[in-house]
Amino acid sequence: MRGQIRIRSVLCKSCGLCIEACPKGSIRISKQMNPNSYFPAEFQKDQECTGCGLCAIVCPEAIIEVYREK
Amino acid sequence: MKSEEKVLLRGIEAIGEAALRAGCRCYFGYPITPQNELPEYMARRMAEIPGAVFLQSESELAGINMVFGASVTGTRVMTSSSSPGMSLMQEGISYLAACELPAVIVNIIRGGPGLGNIAPAQSDYFQATRGGGHGDYRCIVLAPAYLQEAVDLTYHAFDQADEYRIPVVIVGDGMMGQMMEPVVLPPFREQLPKKDWAIRGAGGGQSRFLRSLLLDVHVLEAHNWKLHRKYERIRRREVRFDEYETQDAELVIVAYGTAARIARGAVKRLREKGMKVGLFRPVTLWPFPGEALRNLAARVGRFFVFEFSTGQMVEDVRLALEGRRHIDFYGRPGGVVITPMELSRIVARKYHAIQQEART
Amino acid sequence: MKQVIGRPRLLKEAPFHYCPGCGHSVIHRLVAEVIEELGVRDRAIGIPPCGCAVLAYYYLDVDMVEAAHGRATAVATGMKRCLPDRIIFTYQGDGDLAAIGTAELIHCANRGEQITTIFVNNGVYGMTGGQMAPTTILGQKTTTTPRGRQAGNDGPPIKLVEFLSFLERTAYLARGSVHNAREIQRTKKYIREAFQTQMENKGFSMVEILSPCPSNWKLSPVESCRWIEQVMKQNFPLGVVKDSRGQPS
Repeated sequence: MRGQIRIRSVLCKSCGLCIEACPKGSIRISKQMNPNSYFPAEFQKDQECTGCGLCAIVCPEAIIEVYREK
Repeated sequence: MKSEEKVLLRGIEAIGEAALRAGCRCYFGYPITPQNELPEYMARRMAEIPGAVFLQSESELAGINMVFGASVTGTRVMTSSSSPGMSLMQEGISYLAACELPAVIVNIIRGGPGLGNIAPAQSDYFQATRGGGHGDYRCIVLAPAYLQEAVDLTYHAFDQADEYRIPVVIVGDGMMGQMMEPVVLPPFREQLPKKDWAIRGAGGGQSRFLRSLLLDVHVLEAHNWKLHRKYERIRRREVRFDEYETQDAELVIVAYGTAARIARGAVKRLREKGMKVGLFRPVTLWPFPGEALRNLAARVGRFFVFEFSTGQMVEDVRLALEGRRHIDFYGRPGGVVITPMELSRIVARKYHAIQQEART
Repeated sequence: MKQVIGRPRLLKEAPFHYCPGCGHSVIHRLVAEVIEELGVRDRAIGIPPCGCAVLAYYYLDVDMVEAAHGRATAVATGMKRCLPDRIIFTYQGDGDLAAIGTAELIHCANRGEQITTIFVNNGVYGMTGGQMAPTTILGQKTTTTPRGRQAGNDGPPIKLVEFLSFLERTAYLARGSVHNAREIQRTKKYIREAFQTQMENKGFSMVEILSPCPSNWKLSPVESCRWIEQVMKQNFPLGVVKDSRGQPS
């Protein structure tokens, strides 16, 4: 099953919990600062996201949308 | 009990019955002497009224917050206590005032400070009229002296609380609470005012919240001035007082509540002896009838403030008269209550001393 | 691709003011999801605490009423007695519920008031800068226990759900956590059961939730979650502590 996520990076506070939760290593910290001076989490499109949703479940800011192949 | 008939009631119970007839459907409170008869009365009576809620709270602290919760829903609600319990309620009263929530709070004052005793006193005047809790706010404070007045003021207090969205404090003491007088009870209110501001669940519309936390200093300043303007409106419209034998008085006693009942008896005695003494009786302690007192001072030279305390209302009398008249004070704190006879002797001594002064 | 997870409808658009990794925002999300799933948004009224979550009304799209510190359960009692068909919930932290508001909590629970309390336990007073809370564990350093909490001076931590379980009319008491995805999902279930308890008039319900406070624990968000897993939950066991809803009252 293939999946992908969308992170609203402008609201990300770089807590790192999604990275810790992701079983596929599909998220990493961006090298680009967001307007709030955080380095936000960034989805790695070329990794194996299955759309499990664990990242969205742990995200304190509720800014991760999860999509799965139908 | 039908309306318009005279019934013999204990003071404290008359207040409760008046509240129920005004549409009060919630009572939360904690037992404390000398007002226990009120929660007991409410417990009995409210069981007879469909939809009425009586709950003995675990403390006055809890009770005033239950009042807050009920008031937020738009329900007419009251609580009652005595001095030490009133101290516990001050935080809640500050929150009621801040959120502009109506409530009626009865304080049957007892000797203080601390645990004090259960005898009648008037030592909570400052607490009642100067806000009492933290922040810039006021409550309407009513001081009945007679049971019929207590009934009428209580009945009207719920309207005032709703109209101005303000806590209304009714002060009495154990003597008034226990005495029995015939009273005419008002009819049960059928129509209560609508309260669009009440929080009852979003009900398909926008969600709202009620709060007193205003972190932006300019917002909180504006809120305080808004409250202030409301208090100014109340000052202009809600002052109540009573005068007895003041038309040609050379000395006027200033007293409220039970002290005023005693003072009235003293004035009667003194008038019988030919002394020109009168009584000015504030009925609203806040707003204080300062202007009426000043008007009286245009023709009266001497004032004699009589309180069951070491002197609290006397400060408002001095403020109102701006030092332009001579003010004497006689007070008995701690629950000591004197008779009209004793007071008349004390006032007579002062009256004669004034006459003597005038001659020399 | 089909969207399977999105921002709950009952979370307003306002960005959370909470610190990175704070458990409050996760818990707000769970409460928002449960209220939406149960279809009770229009008759829900929440009472936020004095504490970091004092501004919960900026985030949750239900009617809310601010109460004085610790008094939420008394305010909830007054509201519920006047509006028995509304879903009234309090959302309180360890100062609000386990310190200043404990008397009100016990009596509200003892009376079996049909309300739900969400108790956020992060073992410190967050808003005021990290002082000891009644739930701070022995040895835990806080700004008022610089050498660690000592039982002799401060007493041991209070376990509120266990405490309340002795009261007859507490119907559903659970302790969850938000330190990993599995516990978050479990906690959401506890919250739903608690609200359902109220909807069915079965009695008082409360969900205590262990929550990370990275700022005051002086740990990173990931380390904070690890600390809950390795240390905190040994002191505060997770699970349903009491469910007496099936029994006749």
